[in-house]
Amino acid sequence: MRVMAQMAMVMNLDKCIGCHTCSVTCKQAWTNRAGTEYVWFNNVETRPGLGYPRRYEDQEEWKGGWVRGKDGRLKLRAGGRLNKLLNIFSNPKMPSIQDYYEPWTYDYETLLNAPAQKTFPVAKPYSLISGKQMNVSWSANWDDDLGGSMEHAIKDPMLKGIEDKVKFEFDQTFMFYLPRICEHCLNPSCAASCPSGAIYKRTEDGIVLVDQDRCRGWRMCITGCPYKKVYFNHKTGKAEKCTFCYPRVEVGIPTVCAETCVGRLRYIGIMLYDADRVLDAASVEDDHDLYQAQRSVFLDPFDPEVQREAERAGIPGDWIEAAKASPVRRLIMDYQVALPLHPEYRTMPMVWYIPPLSPVVDVISGTGYDGEDADNLFAAIDTLRIPVEYLANLFTAGDVRPVDEVLKKLAAMRSYMRDINLGRDPRGEIPAAVGMEEEEMYEMFRLLALAKYDERY
Amino acid sequence: MTATSDQTSPLPESAGMDSPLSAALVGTRRFFTKAGISPDQRSMYLEGGRSGDSFYRDRWSHDKVVRSTHGVNCTGSCSWKVYVKDGIITWEAQQTDYPSTGADRPEYEPRGCPRGAAFSWYTYSPTRVRYPYVRGVLLEMFRRAKETHGDPVVAWGSIVQDEEQVRTYKSARGKGGLVRSTWEEVTEMVAAAYVYTVKRWGPDRIAGFSPIPAMSPVSYASGARFHELIGAPMLSFYDWYADLPPASPQMFGDQTDVPESGDWWDAAYLIMWGSNVPLTRTPDAHWMTEARYRGQKVIAVAPDYAENVKFADEWVASAPGTDGALAMGMGHVILREFFADAQHDFFTRYNQRYTDLPYLVTLDEVDGEGGDAPAYRPGKFLVAGDIDGHPEATSENAMWKTAVLDSVTGEVVIPNGSIGHRFGEEGAGRWNLDLGEIEPALTLYGAHEESVEVELARFDTPGGAMSTERRGVPVRRVGGRLVTTVLDLMLAHYGVGRDGLPGRWPQGYEDPSVPATPAWAAEISGVPVEQITRLAREWARNALDTGGRGMILMGAGTNHWYHSDQLYRAMLVLTTICGTQGRNGGGWAHYVGQEKIRPIMGFQHLAFALDWVRPPRHMNQTAYWYVNTSQYRYDTFTADEANGSPGAFGQRTTMDLLAQSVRLGWTPSYPQFDRSSLAVADEAVQAGMPAGEYVARSLKEGSLHFAVEDPEAPDNHPRVLALWRSNLFGSSAKGNEYFLKHLLGTDNAVKGTQAPPELRPQSVAWPEEAPEGKLDLLVTLDFRMTSSTLLSDVVLPAATWYEKHDLSTTDMHPFVHSFNPAIAPPWQSKSDWETWKVIAKRFSELAADHLGTRTDVVAKPLWHDTPEAMATVHGRVLDWAEGEVEPVPGKTLPVLAAVERDYPAVYQKMTAIGPLMAKAGMLTKGVKYEVGREVEILGRRNGIVRGGVADGQPKLETDIQVADAMLHFSGVSNGHLATQGFRFLEQRTGTELHDLSAEHEGKQITFADTQAAPVPVITSPEWSGSESGGRRYSPFTINIERLKPFHTLTGRQQFYLDHDWMTDMGEGLPTYRPPLDMSRLSGETPLGEQTESEGRSVALSVRYLTPHNKWSIHSEYQDNLFMLSLSRGGQTIWMSDVDAEKIGVKDNDWVEAVNRNGVVACRAVVSHRMPEGTVYMHHAQDRLIDTPLTETDKLRGGIHNSLTRIMLKPSHIIGGYAQLSYFFNYIGPTGNNRDEVTMIRRRTNQEVTY
Repeated sequence: MRVMAQMAMVMNLDKCIGCHTCSVTCKQAWTNRAGTEYVWFNNVETRPGLGYPRRYEDQEEWKGGWVRGKDGRLKLRAGGRLNKLLNIFSNPKMPSIQDYYEPWTYDYETLLNAPAQKTFPVAKPYSLISGKQMNVSWSANWDDDLGGSMEHAIKDPMLKGIEDKVKFEFDQTFMFYLPRICEHCLNPSCAASCPSGAIYKRTEDGIVLVDQDRCRGWRMCITGCPYKKVYFNHKTGKAEKCTFCYPRVEVGIPTVCAETCVGRLRYIGIMLYDADRVLDAASVEDDHDLYQAQRSVFLDPFDPEVQREAERAGIPGDWIEAAKASPVRRLIMDYQVALPLHPEYRTMPMVWYIPPLSPVVDVISGTGYDGEDADNLFAAIDTLRIPVEYLANLFTAGDVRPVDEVLKKLAAMRSYMRDINLGRDPRGEIPAAVGMEEEEMYEMFRLLALAKYDERY
Repeated sequence: MTATSDQTSPLPESAGMDSPLSAALVGTRRFFTKAGISPDQRSMYLEGGRSGDSFYRDRWSHDKVVRSTHGVNCTGSCSWKVYVKDGIITWEAQQTDYPSTGADRPEYEPRGCPRGAAFSWYTYSPTRVRYPYVRGVLLEMFRRAKETHGDPVVAWGSIVQDEEQVRTYKSARGKGGLVRSTWEEVTEMVAAAYVYTVKRWGPDRIAGFSPIPAMSPVSYASGARFHELIGAPMLSFYDWYADLPPASPQMFGDQTDVPESGDWWDAAYLIMWGSNVPLTRTPDAHWMTEARYRGQKVIAVAPDYAENVKFADEWVASAPGTDGALAMGMGHVILREFFADAQHDFFTRYNQRYTDLPYLVTLDEVDGEGGDAPAYRPGKFLVAGDIDGHPEATSENAMWKTAVLDSVTGEVVIPNGSIGHRFGEEGAGRWNLDLGEIEPALTLYGAHEESVEVELARFDTPGGAMSTERRGVPVRRVGGRLVTTVLDLMLAHYGVGRDGLPGRWPQGYEDPSVPATPAWAAEISGVPVEQITRLAREWARNALDTGGRGMILMGAGTNHWYHSDQLYRAMLVLTTICGTQGRNGGGWAHYVGQEKIRPIMGFQHLAFALDWVRPPRHMNQTAYWYVNTSQYRYDTFTADEANGSPGAFGQRTTMDLLAQSVRLGWTPSYPQFDRSSLAVADEAVQAGMPAGEYVARSLKEGSLHFAVEDPEAPDNHPRVLALWRSNLFGSSAKGNEYFLKHLLGTDNAVKGTQAPPELRPQSVAWPEEAPEGKLDLLVTLDFRMTSSTLLSDVVLPAATWYEKHDLSTTDMHPFVHSFNPAIAPPWQSKSDWETWKVIAKRFSELAADHLGTRTDVVAKPLWHDTPEAMATVHGRVLDWAEGEVEPVPGKTLPVLAAVERDYPAVYQKMTAIGPLMAKAGMLTKGVKYEVGREVEILGRRNGIVRGGVADGQPKLETDIQVADAMLHFSGVSNGHLATQGFRFLEQRTGTELHDLSAEHEGKQITFADTQAAPVPVITSPEWSGSESGGRRYSPFTINIERLKPFHTLTGRQQFYLDHDWMTDMGEGLPTYRPPLDMSRLSGETPLGEQTESEGRSVALSVRYLTPHNKWSIHSEYQDNLFMLSLSRGGQTIWMSDVDAEKIGVKDNDWVEAVNRNGVVACRAVVSHRMPEGTVYMHHAQDRLIDTPLTETDKLRGGIHNSLTRIMLKPSHIIGGYAQLSYFFNYIGPTGNNRDEVTMIRRRTNQEVTY
């Protein structure tokens, strides 16, 4: 056992209102400068949708992440690392600026400086890349609030295989938001892709960083990252990525995106894991097993053996305490409501998500049954407006069972709490139906609903 | 590898990485680096020596963090950290230090949204206004004229008297050519224009506009104080924005009072009805998402799959504008099942005491049309003075005391608490909701002597015209009058029949033929019968189960309609009869442009200079622009036709009704008279008469007229308009193109025709040509370029919100916090307070020669919360102009007050707290306060003025002093005043109240407190709810718990409105009214029809809505590069895929929308989440960004309000009658904008030109 600590995040998508405050505060703090105009370390996608950059999840196209070979060995999808070294001078497979979007500005000065003329002055859009006047036809958030569409979202890679379940029609509309930052993976394929060894994982907290001095701008990391969360600064010629706000985290302040999240849906915490078992977990044969495999490398900070090993590994005592109190650990390990994003990329991502539940009641109520009744709720999850299969494609490599279980827990919590809210006797059979104790469910409610500052971070 | 594990399912061991060869090669890397390589060679770990990352550390470092916020209209009132490095503002992030709400509920932290987070962009943006600017052509004229005349006032006069020059500079408006000037020059020009206008036309020809003060009251007060001191009206905003729900004054006698968002947590059932919470209430939305986890049921009523629908348990997709029918359908079910077929103590007790359901209404016989039985119409409330021989019949204010039937004694009795008890000596201690022994009968059914048929209005025909239903109600006779209760009328109106009552009743819920069954509602709204029925039952059942913890969040989606008052009343029936009003977690929650400035008392008195001169000139802005942009001339219909109420107003137009309302003192109107109010004062002196008497006589004999009776005459034009914190021309100007044409005299896209002779007003002069360019000077203070600054003659550089001191409050949370400068105002910008001081100073200097001290006659409408609200007995309209009564100031005319204007002393007065505070005290919502103590404290804090007109008065020189004074003069921030006010109120109510604030009697919130952290407010009589003991704020809890009456006629929440105009319009009771039929009224193409014209693409007629924009609400504007980058980069119209298909539009295609009011040219966003037949052009999309020339007329494309215009509803200008009496932003015609339609088509040429 080699105990390591990892700074991790959970986002509760059931609370995300899609406001993009996180994107803006992150952009303002970190990438509001020349060379990174198109860069959003944190972005928010309306799903279904193509995301940013467009169709980044189509790894057949973009070759990100790892694959498990027939021999059981783990390889970068873009080719083995030897292959990479040998092809270092050829252009890597990466999205073009058009796939992200061509950043622009306007000739704002005109509004003040326009000489006397025949019409009201206007500011026209200009490309920040070419400096020429342009037609705005794509952005970092073109899908915003569309609820998918036949023109764009129909090409969402996550719809593959479930086309019959998603109809882009008024009555069937659904959408939800997916905020994304770097996953700070346990098994980062960006780092493995870097010929210069410029990408590293910080020993003490697992934050994945690009060493700006060592980066030679090969851009292999951009191909290697299946989440497309490493960006190329076209001014410095180096790679840049989300830093998990380490200058803040180091002094005990949460990341910008988390602290400014007005939906109060982000949780940050320490996860202890066994570094010796990461490769084993990333190499399990069946994609559906990856979620549980990743859970199995996490270590229990209450376990005396883990504590001993952690001490031996030089992890400070307060970090062990932090791991015990970690809301992220509770959501991933205790309540099992948080799921990894695209475990099938085998990078062991460390930003996890609670899938969105809503809306659910209308489906059952439409059939004449009491929408709040727990049993009815469970039955309805299969007919959720947001198809469970779509969520499974995002969070469990297509396995609907874990998603289904999370949604049932959330539904059960609401049902259980309604009795308390209305001053009735709480019904223990509701948590029992999803394998939880009453106290456990109540505590989960407090963590998800009250979510005080000190409990979120 | 070690395989030791404490996990239950050991992982199979991996085969390793890549191929063995590459593994070996790659493995050599570890020999060339100091970093740690994982044994499996996957990744590299590194500790220490990270010089390569110093860039990010440096970027994060900063010198200071300053608390500030954003604010004009945004009701978020979020506190922010503004980061500063090397004297430069770098970015902002939310504060998280709000006082806790307690252990068992979520907190307010963090509050903010992407719009606020992007604000710092403006500080150094290329659109920042850095210097004073004037349109070159005007500046040259002024310089030349000054050279010629020397005196700047004479110089200004020489320009505006010269038709050629006037035409030249006015027609250049908006078309570039702004040139830099200096503060000295520009201040002189502005001051000269003000002085000239006061002198030549009168002070009421000047107007100031700055919206919603709650989120920066000091900035608001700066210009407001100056304008009120010189006698210029301040224009209202709440009604103008159509954010004011007239149903609130109508039902509650209250402007608006709503729960803080933290109280959503307390609701067990939450309906978001036309309120898109994640988008428009971004910082508060989490209360809703989190309350769901507590088992709250959440419903979303929205025509589209709006952002909030994602969170709802049920989506109720009602057709736009049909919410009133939906609410009535639900009301039908509740009245049937919980009132008629069964009764519940909880509902009965609530309605007996807190609503007008038991009050007796007289029925008037309708002139027979040869029917079988005589029919009746609901008439006036029965009052004590009506009942001969009743012990109260001769009591004080007997005509203002409403009556109920005591179900125990069978007697007609007069409960305490009506407006008749509110004023006068006899009412002392009796203005309360204590029923004593009285058991008011909610219905006469069962105890009735007979039943009669009443005619009840319905408007559910396609054109919205009134027809009537005849339905029976149980009645009794009281002193020769036939009476019934409001509940009996409501049951009949809602189609809830009871055995034995005559009339035409529905057969059941499934009967769609008559109002107001679920099936009837379903046919109109498109919501299934089953869903309407179920939601109604759940709503009422939840109220019974929880003691009223059901809440409806209402938004602009339901409030911006012409008939929103009716729509809201129908919704408020649901919240009120079910006893949810006045509860934590219950009642209505109207969140549209709420203006809750918590320290309202201090704000009002300082902003409107009530410390120096009373009364103020307050103007409702909708009527102001309806008249002064000549939009009334485009009313091609009578008032009856517009309102579908034949016979209500004869052949009169809405403009006729406005003129009548003005002359009866119901509603304000400035410009006031057909000549200067200073001249009128002089005439009165010459005539040797008091001003009021002189005006009344002159009006009667016709030697004096109200300006509104001849608005196109040059004597009656508005001449100067100042805007600050406002973008009137890019945002709120309904009928934007009419503004450009008639007010400014520049390019416009008006297509409408003016009324033909037979449809013109009878009481208003009608010159054949309406003037263009009425306004002589438009001044705007702003920090960025907008449509308003583009069009302005003078643009002054304003400090941003990160560059000045101010206060911020909202009704969304219970805190007061502050603005503070992160940096000093850069370049030559100034805070609004400093700018208006500079202008006031120069004005005062120029006034010494030109104006001196003058007397001004102020015509002020009859005010709410004063005895003036008892001017019109029974709401019977009697017009002195028709000889029906005598013109009596303050009764059948406005209040007419002569006040002194010491013009050269304006600056001195502006910068000192005036003597009226100590001398006359303060009055807010009928409660009096003595503030000698506060004046003395402020004198010691701020210092005392020595010499001049303000000798001995406290200074008011800096923005901090203004903020502090507001906090000292308000009960919410001064526990001493709150308690004093409650004690005053106790004398009137006879109930205990002062304990509500006693816990904070010694607490005085200062500006410094608000700089440290957001500070919770104190319970005060300024508002209707209580925060005592740290509870969440919910409105009307003081009314419900402490038996304090509502400020209405009956003192109760009032469903029935018996004013002549209300009943004549068929709106005595809440009723469904469809959106206006624009094809019938204005000749627009009927909805859904397509037209083809040669060489043009196919056009489709669609409903045109302007909801709030995700990327620019209030704290942020559409031009911000971050917001543009996250959206579509320019103006857009959202449309459904179905409509797009019809006219061949694809996502991001250029489209053009045209109706009689104007033209919009923008991009299309196509989504199936939009309903067919409706398009959205989100609010406040200025014409500054990527807006091409239109194909229609080769002019710059319009703004969202280019396709709308003002439609003034007569019932909003009723006055002088109980709660239907005027107060600033309390009641007034709404600038509604939802009933509009437009033709939309794909642009033929997709290559646009600019």
